[in-house]
Amino acid sequence: MSDAPTPSREAAMPAPAARRVSRAASLEFLSRAGELWTLAILIVLIAIFGILSPDFFSRASWLATSQFAVEYLLLGLGETFVIVTGGIDLSVGAILGFSGMVGAMVMRAMIYRHVATDLDLIAGIASALTAGTFVGWLNGQAITRLRLTPFVVTLGMLSMCTGGIYLLNNGGNVGTIPDIVGTLGSFAIGGWLPVTVLVTAVFAVLSALLLAETRFGLRTYAIGSNPQGAARAGIDVRKHLVKIYMLSGFLAAVAGLMVMARFASASVQAGANDELDAITAVVIGGTSLFGGRGTVLGTVIGSFVITVMVTGLILIGVQPFWQQVAVGAILIFAVAMDQLRDRLLDAF
Amino acid sequence: MPADAISRAVSPLQAKPVLEVVGVAKSYGHIRALEGVTLDIHAGEVVGLVGDNGAGKSTLVNIIAGAIRPSAGTLRIEGREVAFASALDARTAGIEAVYQDLALALDLDIWANIFLGRETLRPGLLGRLGWLDKRAMQRRAAEELGRTAIRVGSIRTRCRALSGGQRQAVAVARGLIWGSRLLLLDEPTAALGVEQQAKVGKLIEAVRARGIPVILVSHNMPQVHDLCDRIVVLFQGRKIADRPASDMTIADIIACITGAGITGTREMHA
Ligand SMILES: Nc1ncnc2c1ncn2[C@@H]1O[C@H](COP(=O)(O)OP(=O)(O)O)[C@@H](O)[C@H]1O
Ligand SMILES: [Mg+2]
Repeated sequence: MSDAPTPSREAAMPAPAARRVSRAASLEFLSRAGELWTLAILIVLIAIFGILSPDFFSRASWLATSQFAVEYLLLGLGETFVIVTGGIDLSVGAILGFSGMVGAMVMRAMIYRHVATDLDLIAGIASALTAGTFVGWLNGQAITRLRLTPFVVTLGMLSMCTGGIYLLNNGGNVGTIPDIVGTLGSFAIGGWLPVTVLVTAVFAVLSALLLAETRFGLRTYAIGSNPQGAARAGIDVRKHLVKIYMLSGFLAAVAGLMVMARFASASVQAGANDELDAITAVVIGGTSLFGGRGTVLGTVIGSFVITVMVTGLILIGVQPFWQQVAVGAILIFAVAMDQLRDRLLDAF
Repeated sequence: MPADAISRAVSPLQAKPVLEVVGVAKSYGHIRALEGVTLDIHAGEVVGLVGDNGAGKSTLVNIIAGAIRPSAGTLRIEGREVAFASALDARTAGIEAVYQDLALALDLDIWANIFLGRETLRPGLLGRLGWLDKRAMQRRAAEELGRTAIRVGSIRTRCRALSGGQRQAVAVARGLIWGSRLLLLDEPTAALGVEQQAKVGKLIEAVRARGIPVILVSHNMPQVHDLCDRIVVLFQGRKIADRPASDMTIADIIACITGAGITGTREMHA
């Protein structure tokens, strides 16, 4: 009874109703506790690695882990919105590679033609972001107009963009990009804060605010929770979903630029299979695959669970492939908890 | 708006009908869910819409609420023809529906469900960026729910954690708060206990007192008979009776619903 949220309202209710509400309040806590599990796992991992390897708390370890997390986190941000609507975006890794390749090729073309250096950078960034957002728009249109499942559409788009990456430059990498890209990609402010991490942090904060504090975010949850109900409440579900997939494509393009900056080139391999890690980060972070529930903070924590494990295992001298085994197990655990939670709430 | 509502309440007969349904039909492939239904709703009137399962009640409610489009026929609001492209159009016109399957987003809090689709934004720049004014919405939702005397606990409870009856209460409250011209209730008391059913009955009376007409779909015949001014019976997609409730006994209504009373039916409004 001690966890009843508003005693004054409860007091006005007959005893059985009050009991019901206070039980609801404890289930309430359960339903909001998605990120807490993951945070606990992350803290335990950090503690274990810290004890087993003193190097784990070094600057080098932080730089490696955080720069590694950038890729999954940026993809995971867009994926969080998509999964909250009850969809899935399997094409984010391929969009990352595709838009990075488009951006690098635009930069290279301008460098070859001796266009002013600031302009080639800006044009490259703009075209990468446009390419990613456009692919996201195509996803959204196909899903809402052709009434296909997001799984099928984005699986098809994954294949098309992967093919596109190789076709664009005949399967070659592009290394002729402005020097400033690589310089920024390897620069860490004060020695501790890589530029790519700063950019990602800004997008993470913006995404968190967008999802939790705005009308757009509220409607995203509503669509994932009950699409028909959302339409009846006057929401243009189709338009909203198109925007969601555009956002996912845009953030994948930002990830493409960050990866390009880190390696000072655009690789045909960039982003390959990243969608699986991004989705895993989101789901580990407590976002429900059934839609309607999830937070950006959970995704941030989830991304770090995945990446901390890689650096940690390398540092303690274990084969890093165990990371994949462990992440898979955590994923299954997270989904099992999610379903258990739903069953508890519905049984009530 | 309040002045408008009062004038409608004071002189219901002078005004045009709030809603006219003219020759509305709806087909799903070869299934004819509705055929040639014509119906007037006047200010301050509670109309009971009854019929067997599959008679077309929900289809008619959905058409009036803009959630589905009719295959034929027209709707007029205060004499003006309207064509709702979506539920939003109907809501904008002041028509609010409580659907049989509730249409709540179970993962959202009570206040968010009440304000979904017409969210209050912060003033100024933040508002233009779509920033929600959650406090204002929570305050207003608590006030309005307090006025409706529907008890659902904290306004910040997720609807998934509510019982069936409480979920229904939230849906009814949402309709009451927003319905400024016409309120449609599709089996609003089906999941409610006796006490809460009585409360919904009181609320309907209060809405009528404000001059806002109500269309009530229900299988609870005593309730329909007590509460409604007029009873409209649908049978296999057609309107077969439309009479003042005082003209009919509960047995008459049931006879109409089962089709047994068709021969004895006097059509008053059609
Ligand atoms: N989306 C739909 N597709 C096909 N048939 C439908 C659909 N909606 C309703 N119907 C049919 O239309 C008829 C009327 O349904 P409905 O309006 O739900 O009846 P009621 O609410 O009176 O029980 C039924 O025969 C039903 O099967
Ligand atoms: Mg029905």
